[in-house]
Amino acid sequence: MDFDDTAEEAEFRSAVRHWLKDNGGRFIPPPDADDVVIIGLAKQWQAALADAGYAGFGLPAEMGGRPGAPIEQLIFHQEIASHPMAMVEVMTLGCGMAIPTVMKHGRPEHLELLARPTIRGDIIWCQLFSEPGAGSDLAGILTKAVRDGGDWIVTGQKVWTSGALFADWGLLLVRTDPTVPKHRGLSYFLLDMKAPGVEVRPLKQIGGRSEFNEVFIAEVRIPDAMRLGEIGGGWKVAMTTLSNERLALTADAAVGRNLVQPLLRLAKRLDLVEDRAFAERLASYYAAAAGIEHIGSRITTALSRGENPGAEATIGKMTLTRLLQSMSAFGMDLAGMAGGTIDRAADPDLFEIQEGFFLAPGYRMGGGTEEIGKNIIAERVLGLPPDYRPDKDVPFNRIGK
Amino acid sequence: MNLDFSEEQKGLKQELARLLRARDTRRGAREALEGRAAFDAPLWRELGQLGWLSVAIPEAAGGQGLGHEMLCCVAEEIGRSLAAVPFGSSIAVVAEALMCFGSNAQQQRFLPGLGSGRRIGAFAIAERPGPLREGTIAATVTGGRLSGRKIAVTDGMLADLLLVVALADGVPQFFLVEAHAAGVTREAGTGVDLANAPASIHFDNVVAEPLGNAGWAGIRQLLDHSAVLTAFEQVGAADAALAMATDYARERMAFGRQIGSFQAIKHKLADVWIANQLARANAYYAAWALQAGSDVLPRAAASARVSASEAFERAARELIQVHGGIAVTWEHDAHLFYRRAQHLALVFGGLREWQARLTGLLAAAA
Repeated sequence: MDFDDTAEEAEFRSAVRHWLKDNGGRFIPPPDADDVVIIGLAKQWQAALADAGYAGFGLPAEMGGRPGAPIEQLIFHQEIASHPMAMVEVMTLGCGMAIPTVMKHGRPEHLELLARPTIRGDIIWCQLFSEPGAGSDLAGILTKAVRDGGDWIVTGQKVWTSGALFADWGLLLVRTDPTVPKHRGLSYFLLDMKAPGVEVRPLKQIGGRSEFNEVFIAEVRIPDAMRLGEIGGGWKVAMTTLSNERLALTADAAVGRNLVQPLLRLAKRLDLVEDRAFAERLASYYAAAAGIEHIGSRITTALSRGENPGAEATIGKMTLTRLLQSMSAFGMDLAGMAGGTIDRAADPDLFEIQEGFFLAPGYRMGGGTEEIGKNIIAERVLGLPPDYRPDKDVPFNRIGK
Repeated sequence: MNLDFSEEQKGLKQELARLLRARDTRRGAREALEGRAAFDAPLWRELGQLGWLSVAIPEAAGGQGLGHEMLCCVAEEIGRSLAAVPFGSSIAVVAEALMCFGSNAQQQRFLPGLGSGRRIGAFAIAERPGPLREGTIAATVTGGRLSGRKIAVTDGMLADLLLVVALADGVPQFFLVEAHAAGVTREAGTGVDLANAPASIHFDNVVAEPLGNAGWAGIRQLLDHSAVLTAFEQVGAADAALAMATDYARERMAFGRQIGSFQAIKHKLADVWIANQLARANAYYAAWALQAGSDVLPRAAASARVSASEAFERAARELIQVHGGIAVTWEHDAHLFYRRAQHLALVFGGLREWQARLTGLLAAAA
């Protein structure tokens, strides 16, 4: 066992570090920047990364990507983690999910049109899967597409769409045949977000921020040429997108967010380090967060050997978000009556804890709920039998709703 | 970056796993449970003869010299097997103390016997209920003679050699005492884990040999080392408990379905798996810190200890719950896990003590 980079890894890390030191400063948004400014900077940043050869990890060089060892992407994420230019997640969806999906299920024309501008940050993507009536049970979506000559007419509503306000293209899952069982009547399209009939409305979340949107699709015309996969074969394409999403989340979880340090600072100031409840809960919390960090090292080990990380990769997101929720409430409790007052200037540690309180409920669902995650572990890792699914072989339009 | 055991280590680990599977170790544990044997002596002899107990002992002292990562692998497999053997006491504590603090001569004298399994060591530290603290030690050595009383000495009735914490000039230190020496009176207790029975031991002016002189800091250091090895025992056992629960959930039918198809069971077992994986990752990191002699060891050991105690206790509780009523009968093996989980969580101080230690270390560094 060791924690050393190989010679090639060390060389790559040092190159990234130097490049960031020389170039990173230009892309740090001013403190009062609004979303338009931030997105503008993010696009410039992505273009600079592409020029330097640090964009499109795992994607072919002829698209402007960086093929090569998966470990490089992880090293890159580790190095930029402490960098204040935080907008890279806008680009993660395009390079990490959209392009891999198009490569597997699309045509050369799609790649010609989309790959290079995506890697350069000229095209921003969003994912149009979830609906108000279909979250965990994604195959239950209602948004419908009806054939009209060489086009499809699409009508419906999508929700929880990150980045839709700025997106140029969307990954769209729709129902093309309601008379067959739910998984078999779906098709997958690339939607031009500027097409007439697409309307994006930001959703204000419980903490007051707007990271997600509702997307209303009213009789939007999509050429059949923008379909990925077979008619009725959309589920398979969606699974490609989602498995790439899990890999992208793995990279995030490896650098994971937790409240150990703000909680320790708060407890020190309030003279509560010796408090028995604090000691017990913080230790268990730290041990879980440390376990996730070390699972990250095990994933790195696998990637470094050119192996695929196993289901361990799903643990970080599931565990940290649940703990974030419980530890943020606990942190506010430590502050006593003051815990209920939000004042960033007066107590930045408490503020960070309070932010966690409002972010955690959404995090517990993002990228698949905790419950679906546990089903996947139980069935695929532990080999337990599938759940009873009464709608499995029933035509979609005959399922009770 | 390489947070994994080597191919050689994994190969040896599998070899030991095969041996332990072939020996029906749970039956051995049941013999101890029924009071028909104090421990699984034939298995212990075999493990000693084949060199499994001495993997980390230097070749100069009769061992294999394969290092602590290999010993962690052995601990995991012994944990998984639920064997009724004094591995924790004799190897993870007493042999470990000799390797940390023993003079060359002491290592030559004691390690070959412990490493071959011919002699058994046990650790005598606690004197009263409550957390292990420096101020709780009253046993005293004066003029090379030990007097005092120790409780909860795991495997104390089996031991030939006792590692005793006692005051010398008011400072707690390690001493080696022959268990059969004049002035040693041992009283058998009933253990939560009947395969690891505790003893109370009275020392009346007994010949005691000093082992090192690092004081309480040295005692903490040994506890960190032992905690890492124990975490591997706990992780191995927790995985075995999960495997047993999962097998049953696939077989048992209720309401016309396998019970493992219900989300109430799936989510319970997925939570056990997650806790086991977190504990395993913490244990691997601690194994690295132990072998590398890293200064992160105290924090890594405490984190591994907390994580592994939580994981094994959860796995053992849910093992019984998934089985339902059958698992609360004496005949069923589930309570062997339940007993072992609680026992391992209490040796060298319970979960709460290690949580307090971990938070103290974190606060000191913050």
